[in-house]
This record gives sequence, C-alpha cells and structure tokens, in this order.
Amino acid sequence: MRTLGLVLSQIRSQNRIFWRVPIGAFFTLVFPVMLLVLFVALFGNESFDTPYGEVTTSQFYTPGLAVFAAASATYTNIGINLTVRRELGILKRVRGTPLPPWIYLAGVVGSAVWIALVSTAAMVGLGVLAYGVNIEAAKLPAMVVAFVAGSAVFATAGVAVSALARTMGAAQSMTNATLIPLGFVSNVFISLGSTGDPPRWLEVIGDFFPLKHFASAFGEAMSPFSAAPAFEWGHMAVMGAWLAAAALVAARRFRWAPAPVSPRRSRRADLG
Amino acid sequence: MSAVIAVDGLVKDYGAVRAVDGVSFEVAEGEVVALLGPNGAGKSTIVEILEGHRRRSAGSVEVLGVDPGSAPRWFRDRIGIVLQSSGIDPELTVREVIDLYRRVYRRPRPTDEMIEMAELTEKASARVTSLSGGQQRRVDLALGLVGDPELIFLDEPTTGFDPAARRRSWDLIRNLADRGRTVLLTTHYLEEAEHLADRVAVLARGRIAAEGAPAQLRADASGTTLIRFRLPEETGTVESLLSPLAGRTKGRGRHLEVATETPTADLAHLTGWALHRGIELAELTVASPTLEEAYLALVSDDGDEIKAGFGETGGEAETEADGETNDEAETEADGAGGERSE
Repeated sequence: MRTLGLVLSQIRSQNRIFWRVPIGAFFTLVFPVMLLVLFVALFGNESFDTPYGEVTTSQFYTPGLAVFAAASATYTNIGINLTVRRELGILKRVRGTPLPPWIYLAGVVGSAVWIALVSTAAMVGLGVLAYGVNIEAAKLPAMVVAFVAGSAVFATAGVAVSALARTMGAAQSMTNATLIPLGFVSNVFISLGSTGDPPRWLEVIGDFFPLKHFASAFGEAMSPFSAAPAFEWGHMAVMGAWLAAAALVAARRFRWAPAPVSPRRSRRADLG
Repeated sequence: MSAVIAVDGLVKDYGAVRAVDGVSFEVAEGEVVALLGPNGAGKSTIVEILEGHRRRSAGSVEVLGVDPGSAPRWFRDRIGIVLQSSGIDPELTVREVIDLYRRVYRRPRPTDEMIEMAELTEKASARVTSLSGGQQRRVDLALGLVGDPELIFLDEPTTGFDPAARRRSWDLIRNLADRGRTVLLTTHYLEEAEHLADRVAVLARGRIAAEGAPAQLRADASGTTLIRFRLPEETGTVESLLSPLAGRTKGRGRHLEVATETPTADLAHLTGWALHRGIELAELTVASPTLEEAYLALVSDDGDEIKAGFGETGGEAETEADGETNDEAETEADGAGGERSE
C-alpha cells in the first residue's frame, strides 16, 4: 500500500511539473493535433464509399499522428526530462533519500504514459468529433493494447536515451534526430505506398524500428478494412524485442549523479 | 558510547589523483564535527563516501554501524543530506517540494514546521525557480531535515547566505545538536567551524593536518609568535644576511615572516642585526597568530603543490569547484565508480 501511494505521489508530482512547462506541453499536446488540422487543410478530407461504409481520409491520418503524439509524449519527454533532472542534481538528491530508485522512475514513466494517453485521446477525439473518424467498439481493446505496448516501448527507449546522453542538448538531438525521420518511413506522417513506389531500403529501415510497428498495430485497430478484434501480435513481438533492448541499455548505463563538467561551465553557479 | 561515524585509513583515487589520502576519524553520537579546509582538500569527497554517494578506493568506513557503500534502505531513512550539488525541482512550489520529499520518510516532520524553520513562510507558494540562491539553500536544508534524521551531513550549509541568515542557520544547527542529533559538516569558513563544531578536523591535500576542539587548535597555535617585517630594497637576500633565522623565515619578495617560539631572542637577534647594518625594518610587527592564521599555516604550504598536481594530471575530475559554484566538477572520472549498489 505504501509503495503504491509513493508511486502515485511521484506520478502526480511529475504530472504537475509537466503542466507547468508550457513549451513542453505545447509540443507534446498541441503540436501533433496541429499536424492533423494541417493535414486535413492541405490534403482535404475526402469521403468515399467502401464495402464497410463511408470512410474519410482522416480515418488514415489520425492513427499515425496519434502514434506520433504518444511516442513524443513518452520517448522525447522522458529522454529530455530525465537528463535535465540529472544535470540539475535532482536525481542525485533522490538517491540520497530512502525512496527506492525504481519508484522514482515509475513516477516519471507513469506520468509520461498518462500524458501520452491524454494526447492520443485528444487526437482521436478531434478526428471523431470534427473529421468523421469512426471507432469500432469491437476493435477498441486492440487500440488499447497497441497503445500500451507502444508507450511502454517508447517510454523505456526514453530512459535509455537519458542513460546515454550526458547533457540536455544531447538528449534533445538524440530524440529529435531519431523520431522525426523515423516518422516519415513508419507510415506516421505519410503512408509510404501512397507516394508511388518508395525505395526498398526505406521500407527496410521502417520495418526494423519500432515506430512503424506501433503505427501498424494502432492503425489496424482503427482501419475500416481490418477484421475485429484486430490484435497485431507480430507487431507486438517486434515492440517487445525493442522494449527488452532499451531496458537492457537503461539498466546498464543509467546514472544518477551528474556527469563531470569542466569548471568553465558550471550550470548552477548562480545557485551557490 | 559507540561511534556514529568511524573512518579508518580512507583513500579515494580519481584516476591518478589521490583526493583522500589515508583519513581516519570518529564522530560520537550527538557530536558536531566540522571538516574544515580549502577547496580541493577532499572534504566533499569524504562526505559523499559517508553518504553512500561514492565508492572508496581503500580503507574502512562505518556509518550508523553499516557500510554506506552497501547500506540497506533504512540507512537513508535515518540520515539527512544537504549537498552543494543536488538540485530541487524548479517547477514545484516550496510547499509542494517539501511535501513530495517528506512522503518518502517513515517519521517525517510536518511540512509547515519545515517551512517555518527555513523562514520561507511567505514564499511557501512560490516556485523554487523564483527563489534567490540563499532561499534555495534554505529549501535544501529543509529537505535534508524533513525526515527527522539522527545523523545529518551538511556540505557547506551556509555558502551563499548573507551574514544574518548564516547566524540563524547556525542557531538551527546548534539546536539540532542540542536535540541529540549528530552533525558532520564541511566548511571553508573558519568562523563557522569555530562557532558550530565540538571538534574540527583541518583537511589539506586529502589528509587531516590537525584535529581537536576549536579552543585546542587556538591554544596549539598560540604557542608560536609571528615576527613580520619588510626588508629595504638595497639589502641583499635574506639567506645571506639572517643566517640564524634563515631556515624559519618565510615570505614573498621583501615581506618576511618568522614563526618562533622564542620571540624575545629572535627579535633581539633580528633588531641587533638590523641596527648593526643601519637597516630600518619597515612594518615590523610582533603578534600571536589568530586561529585563522594557524589554520592558514596548516593549509597554505599545500596551495601551490595542489595546483601543480592538477596541472600534471589534468585532474579536472578531482577539482572541488569553489563554494560559490558547486561540486559537480568533482564527480567521478570513471563513470562507473560513482554509482552505489542497491
């Protein structure tokens, strides 16, 4: 009971911190939704008849962007935030208290997954309310499972990034330089097949990394053409392998003390 | 009475640099002990080893009866740490951050009591990022004490405080000691050590140069007298002129100083020599050293050697950043060494 209470209080306080950094909240929540609005404005929202009923093109933009929102809320946020907190010496302080380190990390991860849920729900909600997107009750469990698996992988990968990055700048570059390009080969921003004949190597890259599998699993659960319940176990298996790899890197390389800095740049000089 | 802290032959190497070189001391229950020394003397390294933040290279360390390097969780429930280099979540308010950290202890003090103690009642709803440096240090202090620890580590607790706030913090720390708490503090303020500590260990180059009650250190120091003077320009080198005193004469350029236990004889010799040569010794003074001078005498020989050591080894990792910045620079050179096992 006490452990659960501690985990919840850590999650609450991480949530509070998230909402108090407007720039982070903007990029995590508003930016992906803005992309959906832009996509619809640029490419239109045609509606066409299929054997499964009337479908709008938003039905296909929405899951990809929802996955992008979930991945940035976990991967990018955790990667950068944990690194900043290490640089500030907050992780070191935590290690000097009786709080078990895993509970602190559970708070960070739990909070990020919660934000990812809010962000994904906002995206899907906007699609349903404004752009004629359909959600099928029979495939809802598959959506939930895909979301849980995807956020778990990207949250763990975020911890792994902060285990490898020594500074906030490094964590920022690592997350942005991986997630954004991957988005283009993972059917997140655009569907590769829709632009004609994409080079084979782009598909191979997309197949290797977990983002495409997250997008495929979530997309199938929202596709009008898939059969319920639409669980995608093959994609889950690839995500599971990435989760294990990221957890291994995090377990071996994660540090609580700030990295040594040269005397020239003492970040907290003003706090002395 | 059993020792709360027992350190024997403690050694810490950062690569080729030996930051702590065979330090031994004990702290008894209810005692306030100060590690006093200049930056780079190894104070913070010793404290961080005792807290379990760093691993030692050699020697034995026992804190509350256990090895802090492999201590169980209750160990951190019973100690309080106020570090120079640990940050506070800047987005939270003073009250929120104290609330957050008090939950992790088994018998915490009330949040309001801590806010009052830190004199931050008016700032309780202000975010940490909006506080001044001194106010943040007081939050640090509150976070170190919120678990009602029986042993408290204070690493330069009043660096960055204005003199009034420093005095009030001293009262607070004395008050902890009066309630039976054991305190180990590091400082480079002699006045702070003198005011707070039952016992002071003076550290220089990773070794204990002197140890004792402040009054004892003063008494030891007062056995010597300092004769100071300035030689005129036209005089030759002091070695050739002052042979009986030459070995004991120190100083830079023409400003010289003789530390002596026989001031009358030495003064007579010096003045006799000067009169004989018709030299006027400008700025001639004879004085007992203050405690500060005694302290500086203990550590001053080391200054140049410490710097030279840094240069040769590129020992950035060893440097204790000066008190106004923080100790991050002192973090492990070998990444793995900084982690403690759980």
